[in-house]
Amino acid sequence: MTELARKRPEFRNINAFKDLPTYRLPLAGIVSILHRISGFLMFLLMPLIIWMFDNSITSEISFAKFSAAFNIGIGFVPGWFMKLVALALIWAYLHHFIAGLRHLYMDVCHAVTKEFGKSSAIVTLALSIALTAVLGAKMFGLY
Amino acid sequence: MSVNYGSKRIVTGAGYGFRDWLAQRVTGGLMALFTVILLAQVIFTSGPIGYEQWAGIFAGQCMKFLTFAVIVALLYHVWVGMRDIWMDYIKPVAVRLVLHVFTLVWLIGCAGWAVQALWRV
Repeated sequence: MTELARKRPEFRNINAFKDLPTYRLPLAGIVSILHRISGFLMFLLMPLIIWMFDNSITSEISFAKFSAAFNIGIGFVPGWFMKLVALALIWAYLHHFIAGLRHLYMDVCHAVTKEFGKSSAIVTLALSIALTAVLGAKMFGLY
Repeated sequence: MSVNYGSKRIVTGAGYGFRDWLAQRVTGGLMALFTVILLAQVIFTSGPIGYEQWAGIFAGQCMKFLTFAVIVALLYHVWVGMRDIWMDYIKPVAVRLVLHVFTLVWLIGCAGWAVQALWRV
């Protein structure tokens, strides 16, 4: 309570270029803003996700087209770029998924301490980045 | 402090957030469950996964039933999430209205496409 009552610096009309680069977010805050960014990214790329779903399940021919988009490329877009976009989507999904489970856990277990916020944020970031790296390495054929 | 709940609540004509808060968690939980079920089917498929195996996952009526529910859940989940983003960052009412309409059109179009693709298997 005392911490809340103490006078804290107030930020009004935050300038995206002047204030945000020096604004030091705690780890839980980073997870939170990335949750938002990853959700927004998936919203924007939703037609691509459904295009992939559509082509991968419709027929043998469309499945081949779907595979070729990543192995060879599609239109003027090279395959490696499609893989990079897919990797961004993989990261977005993993982060959103794990951060979402963190939310659910906190709601169900009332786990709203500062310590848990920080430790679970570390787990969220570490897991999502590590899994993205593993899947990305697989996609680019590193193993 | 004056009472602002129950029958004394000041009616402002908008939502109060609880329903969307709950819906966000229920739809999120359903999608998480779907992710686990889909992953399990992919992982426990023996041999390399080609078209037959992948499309086969969505061929059964059970999986169609669940996938359709997930598409609808996703539609609502993204609507709530995107509305939160617009609400926080976009202040001019006209711009916000345009973005809300764009979001709805984008989402409903995508959902229709996904449902159509699902029933093509």
